[in-house]
Amino acid sequence: MPEIKTQNFSAASAEAILDPKLRRALDRVAEGFHVARLDRIEEVTQETWDGWKDQAREIKVHTIEHLDYYLDLLDKNVTAAGGHLHFAKDADEANEIVAHIVRTRNIKIVTKSKSMVSEELGLNPVLEAMGVQVWETDLGEYIIQLAEETPSHLVAPALHKSKEDVAALFSEKLGIPYDEDIYHMAATARMVLRDKFMEADLGISGANFVVAETGTLVIITNEGNGRLCTSAPRVHIGITGMEKVIPSMQDLSTFLRLLPRSATGQRITSYVSMTTGPRRSEDEDGPEEFHLILVDNGRSKLLADPALRESLYCIRCGACLNICPVYSRIGGHAYGWVYPGPIGAVVSPMLVGLPKAKELPQASSLCGACREVCPVNIDIPKMLLDLRKKTAESPDSSLRSAPETERILARLYAKLMSSPRLLKMAVKFGRFTQKLERMTPVFSPLTQDGKWIRNAHIPILSRWTRSRDLPTLPKQTFHELWEKELSRDDS
Amino acid sequence: MTANTKITADLFVTCVVDQLYPDVGVSVVRVLRRLGVSIGFPGDQTCCGQPVYNTGYSHQARILAKRVLEQFKDSEYVVVPSGSCAATLRVFYLEIFADDPQLLTEAKALAAKTYEFSEFLVNVLKVEDAADCGASHEGTVTYHPSCHLLRELGVKSEPQKLLQSVPGLEQKELEGAEICCGFGGTFSVKFPHISEGMVTDKVANVQASGADTLVSCDMSCLMNIGGSLNRQESNIKVRHLAQILDVESE
Repeated sequence: MPEIKTQNFSAASAEAILDPKLRRALDRVAEGFHVARLDRIEEVTQETWDGWKDQAREIKVHTIEHLDYYLDLLDKNVTAAGGHLHFAKDADEANEIVAHIVRTRNIKIVTKSKSMVSEELGLNPVLEAMGVQVWETDLGEYIIQLAEETPSHLVAPALHKSKEDVAALFSEKLGIPYDEDIYHMAATARMVLRDKFMEADLGISGANFVVAETGTLVIITNEGNGRLCTSAPRVHIGITGMEKVIPSMQDLSTFLRLLPRSATGQRITSYVSMTTGPRRSEDEDGPEEFHLILVDNGRSKLLADPALRESLYCIRCGACLNICPVYSRIGGHAYGWVYPGPIGAVVSPMLVGLPKAKELPQASSLCGACREVCPVNIDIPKMLLDLRKKTAESPDSSLRSAPETERILARLYAKLMSSPRLLKMAVKFGRFTQKLERMTPVFSPLTQDGKWIRNAHIPILSRWTRSRDLPTLPKQTFHELWEKELSRDDS
Repeated sequence: MTANTKITADLFVTCVVDQLYPDVGVSVVRVLRRLGVSIGFPGDQTCCGQPVYNTGYSHQARILAKRVLEQFKDSEYVVVPSGSCAATLRVFYLEIFADDPQLLTEAKALAAKTYEFSEFLVNVLKVEDAADCGASHEGTVTYHPSCHLLRELGVKSEPQKLLQSVPGLEQKELEGAEICCGFGGTFSVKFPHISEGMVTDKVANVQASGADTLVSCDMSCLMNIGGSLNRQESNIKVRHLAQILDVESE
């Protein structure tokens, strides 16, 4: 697995939020996707859209509830088509399956189309260590491979890079003159990669869906690189998460309506490539061997947990990232692992281990925008809340997300709010300290008019008042006003 | 609305309004009374438990939720001047008591009679025109739809409808209105840098709207946006919808 940096979320996000270039990139791409997505919904009407969403969710619920059945069916049909299906329980096992094929088939050059699961496995370094050349062929993936970075978005991996960044990168790594023209840059990448498609012995692809009834791997792309990876080399390996199985081609049609519209706001992507087994005798081209590796790598933990199971319905469209007010300010890298944004904050903790990523579910205002845009109606806020429950009061201290003081404060809060008498005393004490502060500011200086606390030095309060003012306690609570005047006025 | 059938409603004023914005509670009471509602105020009420629930302390939240179930057991209607706290009573209590059939029944009964202030006015009292509450307002107003009101309760048109009918009030459009202000309860102090980033954008949009007053149905969001506006020494006022409908509030 790639390096896990989820523990550094606070520091990484604090740095990212100050990066104006990142913000511009996020506004341009994520916001652009979001606006295009809304246009597509308007086109088909909200009612139709909601119907598709419900249908998609129903398919996912059914499939995940009967996952073992559909995996068996898929296995049978992949084999019947002349392919091989492999199950990998974790990243090491998946990488070893690929490594074994590479060794035994004397593979020297690999072309890859976009695969987040291969990022999750950390496959490229494993192959490179074997002396194999690995070429990412999705333009965004190619850019970040050259830059030696990781994807920052599920569908737009190089979203964080401006065209100036890419021009400088191409100039440095490819030894060509600096040229910001996007068409020229794409043409350069195409020229470099075109030869590789022809030279490659092995093509590795991800899968947006795998269809159980036919054993078909489906990828949707805009660059055509996916089709070249899956057809030109003599061996094709598809790698994906075991949750990507869907029952039938008819079900696929539902998802093909939803995924491009949700992801990039396209009615359909430029290419929808379906691969069923290796080349048949009557086929003009296609690989001699077809392997499909289905990866667990922590997904069975999500499957076993009724509160988190629906995270397996995710089709990785990225709509929740694009709408998220947190993601759209800090970008993907701050999340510290392969899957960023709201869905990443649910999935990553379960895949890398909750103790390492317990901070991620906290990093949400629970505004619910992600649930609203999800094409399969995944209740992400509810799962974030569930993970907060799992980390707040766990007897296992490695799971607890906050210092002991927070637990004590939570208990004190419940005690205080359970006793109107105690609360009244606390409010009086608060007003008294405000008076003292007004005379001699010590912990929480008040503004001139006494209406606001500014630049407090007390923990927690100080985190609020570093850039915002906090209203002071007024002379009377509503309770007091009610008792004194309001209660009598009822006519 | 006909005044001959007197409606009785109990007010769950929320701890934020009780301790920080009592005037909002006063306006709620005055507006409801003007509409012929008889108001009760169960005196032992404190907090709905949302701050602890959203931070993951469901055991502590349960303690507070049980108190609310008990206090409003006999209410005909429960009116809450906060989308977020109303959502806690109506949505989150069902999660909190999901494993306890007895308390879940009580929570469902509470949920069925709980209304956020604006939806109580529009959907229960059938207020068509804010002038019925005696409202009038000279000035320009923009509206921030708070996240829980919008997405947990699905209350979208009701506050707008009321604002539109206030005589003298001119509404200004708010860019990015449905984007969270960055409050999020304990989120605002756990990740102040992200929360500040969010509220900074919200404040910029409020200022760009050209309105002199920002209205919302949640004082916690307004505490966040208002606190940021005040730090920037802006003259834009923040008001709960009830304060706009209550002419005496200014």
